Amino acid sequence: MTPRDTSVLPSVLQKRSAELLDAWIAEQTRSDGYRPDLIADAELRDQSRELLASASAAVSAGGLESPTHPSWQATRQLLNSIAESRATAGFAPAATATFVLSLKQPIFEALRKDVQNPERLADELWHATTLIDRLALQTMESTLEARERVIARQHEDMLELSTPVVKLWDGILALPMIGTLDSARTQVVMESLLQRIVETGAEVAIIDITGVPTVDTLVAQHLIKTVTAARLMGADCIISGIRPQIAATIVHLGVDLSEVATKSTLADAFRLALARTGHSLGRAPARERR
Amino acid sequence: MERIPILKMGEFLLVTIQVDMHDRLAMQLQDDLTDRIAATGARGVLIDISALEMVDSFIGRMIANIAAMARILDAQTVVTGMQPAVAITLVELGLTLTGVRTALNVERGMTLLRSLLDEAAGVAHDAIADSEDADVGAGE
Repeated sequence: MTPRDTSVLPSVLQKRSAELLDAWIAEQTRSDGYRPDLIADAELRDQSRELLASASAAVSAGGLESPTHPSWQATRQLLNSIAESRATAGFAPAATATFVLSLKQPIFEALRKDVQNPERLADELWHATTLIDRLALQTMESTLEARERVIARQHEDMLELSTPVVKLWDGILALPMIGTLDSARTQVVMESLLQRIVETGAEVAIIDITGVPTVDTLVAQHLIKTVTAARLMGADCIISGIRPQIAATIVHLGVDLSEVATKSTLADAFRLALARTGHSLGRAPARERR
Repeated sequence: MERIPILKMGEFLLVTIQVDMHDRLAMQLQDDLTDRIAATGARGVLIDISALEMVDSFIGRMIANIAAMARILDAQTVVTGMQPAVAITLVELGLTLTGVRTALNVERGMTLLRSLLDEAAGVAHDAIADSEDADVGAGE
């Protein structure tokens, strides 16, 4: 291994920076991941120049051994932002990694020009390749993180979207639940329902589970919790939309829903809610209808 | 020493918790309220906890206990104005206040208390225990 103070890599990076940049850009435009439709050539050049300058500074500052050295901080941040912007722009992760990896060839060529001793050259190459590999890995990680953040945000959006609390009548709220219920979703559902009860002063809330595909003990328990919490605040809950299979499952599981009013359809539940709030429904006489 | 005031309004006792409950205050309230119910022969107790934003397991249990004790002393008890966060916490703690009646705000709570007492005046005692909250608002 070359001791860090005798390595020529920092000086090569500095001396030949313009040459390296041109070779790197050329290498990138030749690679499979080159997408002029996603990133303009000028921007690509800017990104490459910035990254090269930053890497060169980091190597000169003593971060030759590994990219975890503090001198790489700025480079890592730069890579993170590049990876993030590329992930948003729609680059494949492999293309983003190739962006960094394609720096190898130019650096190897530059080293070959400057180092004559074969043993020495092998050491230098090894150093350079390790560094670039780790930078590429870092880029991959940032890309994945950026994607995961997008997924997490979409998941949150979906949570918000899928739990609307609608007002059916004065003092009657309905909560049509659609999709699988898990703990996180039930928490959101519960909170938004209770919040709306406070805001509207509703006396009755109808939880409609027509769109819930399966009810297991966990889901049933979540439902009971929601109903109990609403009751503690002074509102009655009615559960509607229980399909025959689900009724069978609930009984087989031994879940006790006897404390909760249940109706098979939302219409039945609405009728009950109207009765409880003191409204009555009836058909208008024929002559008043059109 | 700090105390939570208990107001007498006709045959009702009104307790509004306007400060952060701490353990000693809750114990004090429990003693005071049971004494007052016994002394005044109140028929209904309304506990408003709309200003209570946070509960721990102890305060939750004290609220349940106070309400249960008032009920045993033959006073109808209504807890009003529970905040969503408090309701969720109580449910998660398993304190479902079984048998305690609840209402959204003091006004509804008073209406509920009155109708409970009217019912109690007309019907025998065991019938009250069986009656549903639901029948109250039905406007019969």
